[in-house]
Amino acid sequence: MKIVMALSGAFFVLYVLAHMYGNLKMFAGQEAFDSYAFHLRELGEPILPYEGALWLIRVALVGALFAHAGSAFYLWKRANEARRTRYAVKRAAAASLSSKTMRWGGVTLLLFLAFHLMQFTFHTFEVGGSFLGPYDRVYGAFQVWWVVAIYLAALGALGMHLKHGVWSAAQTLGLTSTPRAARHAKATAVATGVVVAGGFALPPLSILLGLI
Amino acid sequence: MRITLKIWRQASATAAGEFATYDLDEVSPDMSFLEMLDVLNEGLTAAGLDPVAFDSDCREGICGSCGLMIDGLAHGPERTTTCQLHMRSMKDGATITVEPWRGDSMTVIKDCVVDRSALDRIVQAGGYVSVNTGAAPDAHAVPVPKAKADRAFTAAACISCGACVAACPNASAMLFLGAKVTHLGELPQGQPERDARVVAMARQHDAEGFGGCTNIGECAAACPKEIPLDVISQLNKDLRHAMAKGL
Repeated sequence: MKIVMALSGAFFVLYVLAHMYGNLKMFAGQEAFDSYAFHLRELGEPILPYEGALWLIRVALVGALFAHAGSAFYLWKRANEARRTRYAVKRAAAASLSSKTMRWGGVTLLLFLAFHLMQFTFHTFEVGGSFLGPYDRVYGAFQVWWVVAIYLAALGALGMHLKHGVWSAAQTLGLTSTPRAARHAKATAVATGVVVAGGFALPPLSILLGLI
Repeated sequence: MRITLKIWRQASATAAGEFATYDLDEVSPDMSFLEMLDVLNEGLTAAGLDPVAFDSDCREGICGSCGLMIDGLAHGPERTTTCQLHMRSMKDGATITVEPWRGDSMTVIKDCVVDRSALDRIVQAGGYVSVNTGAAPDAHAVPVPKAKADRAFTAAACISCGACVAACPNASAMLFLGAKVTHLGELPQGQPERDARVVAMARQHDAEGFGGCTNIGECAAACPKEIPLDVISQLNKDLRHAMAKGL
């Protein structure tokens, strides 16, 4: 169960890194960003049909999401059943904030994911006007301060989730059996969290502050 | 020192428990935590009341019998066993909450005494080395590299007190399990049964109803023997190798 969690989590890490790289194309201008979005749909052609690679990635992501959340809820349930009588007083001696917020933080990320997909993938709603191209849509949305605030909060949650998640996955896969390896895993985890949260935060902040 | 104790009283495994409050006026800072409880119990006995039940044996920090949740920390605020915790670590005039280890796999027998036989059953499932009986072999007959001997010894320091389970937010016993697996897995004598051991012990751990580890690290911080968290990584690694072999 936990290996499933670790591997699906590792897949998400790779995906968010690629996603972040794409987002940073906002800085390269409208043409670069829009053509990037368009080329994503042509990826793998002519071997794959139009949007073929995109759909393969989407199916894999949904599968990984079910595996990741499923194993998380299973572990959550098992933890609850393992201690039905709670302590009257319980203090944490070592637990980091990120480790304590994995579960509710994960649920928060799930809610954010729904919001994010409805806004930028399904276009269920649009903020800041109605747009034709992806660049305009992103640019318009992040002119609105509360959209930026929601995204920054979610990125904070994602960064924390990654900080504990990457370390935890390394531990679960048995890659941290020496103190040196454990130190490296911790450093990698912090770096992943900071890079992902920071990299994603740059475009919205720059748009709101009028830098792009 | 003046101390107010809020301590868990429960007549039997099936009875409902509750906290009882006792005031102690003449506590010496040099008393151990258990000696302070002894003083409380002498007073209760003299008054014709039932003394508070708690586990203890060696009282020198090596047997693993004692273990109380003191103000929300397993074995209290110091990195040691409850018997080696002294009252000077507490504040004068403090109210101290004392609870038994909590976990559905370690149920209360009476007051602050819990049933830790689930940990014994995990060891019975594979935490041993099968050898032929007979004369003891020479101590240096089997060479063991120093680094491996050291790591095995660090893991072997586990006294099975259960503090790791008590402190774990998931009530997982994986630090305990990891210590046993690492202890035998680092030594040449432990190799023939290494794969079967880790699978059998992990299976027993789950069957006993302990929770799953989420790598929070409370266990290693509570461990009076300072067993490091990397034994859990070793456990996961050994388990992965054994599963890859189809066990």
